Amino acid sequence: MGFFTKLLETSRVKSPWIVHFDCGSCNGCDIEILACLTPIYDVERFGILNIGNPKHADILIVSGTVNHRNAKVLRNVYDQMPEPRAVIAIGACGTSGGIFREAYNVVGGVDKVIPVDVYVPGCPAKPEAIIDGVVLALGKLKEQRTAKDTDSLAAELHQAREFYANRADRQVVE
Amino acid sequence: MSTIIPFGPQHPVLPEPLHLKITLKDEIVTDAIPMLGYVHRGLETLVSIKDLDQMVQVVERVCGICSCIHAHTYCMCVEGILGIEIPKRAEFLRIIWSELHRMHSHLLWLGLLADAFGMESLFMHCWRIRERVMDVMEATAGNRVIISINKVGGVRRDLSPDQLRWIAQVLDELERELDAIKPVLTNDYTVKKRTVGVGVLTKEQAYELGAVGPTLRGSGVAQDVRMTGYGAYKFIDFEPVVEKDGDSYARTMVRFRELYQAIDIVRQLIRKLPDGELSVKVKAAKPEGEIVCRSEQPRGELLYYVKGNGSKFLERVRIRTPTFANVPPLLAMLPGIEMADVPVVALSIDPCISCTER
Repeated sequence: MGFFTKLLETSRVKSPWIVHFDCGSCNGCDIEILACLTPIYDVERFGILNIGNPKHADILIVSGTVNHRNAKVLRNVYDQMPEPRAVIAIGACGTSGGIFREAYNVVGGVDKVIPVDVYVPGCPAKPEAIIDGVVLALGKLKEQRTAKDTDSLAAELHQAREFYANRADRQVVE
Repeated sequence: MSTIIPFGPQHPVLPEPLHLKITLKDEIVTDAIPMLGYVHRGLETLVSIKDLDQMVQVVERVCGICSCIHAHTYCMCVEGILGIEIPKRAEFLRIIWSELHRMHSHLLWLGLLADAFGMESLFMHCWRIRERVMDVMEATAGNRVIISINKVGGVRRDLSPDQLRWIAQVLDELERELDAIKPVLTNDYTVKKRTVGVGVLTKEQAYELGAVGPTLRGSGVAQDVRMTGYGAYKFIDFEPVVEKDGDSYARTMVRFRELYQAIDIVRQLIRKLPDGELSVKVKAAKPEGEIVCRSEQPRGELLYYVKGNGSKFLERVRIRTPTFANVPPLLAMLPGIEMADVPVVALSIDPCISCTER
């Protein structure tokens, strides 16, 4: 493993950026996720930042059940995130559908649509539990990267280079 | 040439998936079309699976922020059909927790608004103060957000004299903290620049479009469902908070002054709290008939229609929530403002999408 890969890996785990998506939650979990950012719990002191853009994020926090309308949006947000990425399902609804499980418009837990790494139970989950979930997800982030060998990294880099080279060509033609 | 910009469903200023299709001419909004359904769960249909006691837990999860008031209104409905009179102490306790919910909801909203116009420090201060209310909730009811103290026939938990004294103490501290952030709202250039004169809703518009709650009171109409004296409100002295200007600043000030009002109401309730039972026994209830109950949420008027068919499962529960009523006024406010003000104006009605779509 090269020096830069190591540096990247360390910094990613030291300062994970999270993006929060409300997927049909009752707001209970959402406000607890926001409460994590505020002075009492203050996860920003660990370098955990809440950002709006999934393209900048390492961890996706999903609260609430998935319904037929927002399943597509959730999938879209997940697909925009760069790898390695981790997904945390918050609350009873996020893990299994919770109290809304039998309602007609509910698909079920988040894992019906995208792969979930960490489940945080509770209705609503407490801020302490959510912070704990993020810490667990950091372990998953680290595993994901070390599982990939340098060959596949090189292949990815090559792919990216080709993509940008082609794009530059197109611009020249235009 | 006009541009259409999607605002949401996943947007940094909103914790919830509100989706507006905003038509722009240069930087000025000309039209806004709401797209709903991202949080729809079909919660009202659960009434055929869950019996009338279990439904209390379901309606609490219509909205996590004002859960106590939802459960309170639902219980009022069922008790109304069954003709049960609940003990006076239970009425008072319900309102104490409801007003605590109003405080935490308003502080939460004030923080979000501050975040929307980029004043991070005010956001942090509001949420720090809010944690005091959350501590009260956790200590007295066992959970931070959804506290589940209401049941058909009364309340589940009591407040001991020690706890009441402690709550009174916390309220004093809360008032001091609010006094400390008051100059920021009344004098600060940043706050006024972003809110004064932005998103104006005139008195006539507010009335005709059916605005409710602080959105209506911010436009100068003194209408508050609590004045009808449901629950224990008939024993309390208070006046609805009204501002005249109808802009985002007026709505902010209505909610800020309601925080003081809520503190005052809880103090009065603690002073007048009668002794007695917590609940009456409701055995094998099979309600028959229909009823409509209204109550005042932090966001405005909440309406429940409940119909029973003589079995332990209700036939229909229809919920009409305040944000649903406040969406047409929001659409009237948006045309003519700049794109950068859209998040502030959208937040100024205190949207609760989870309520609206259920």
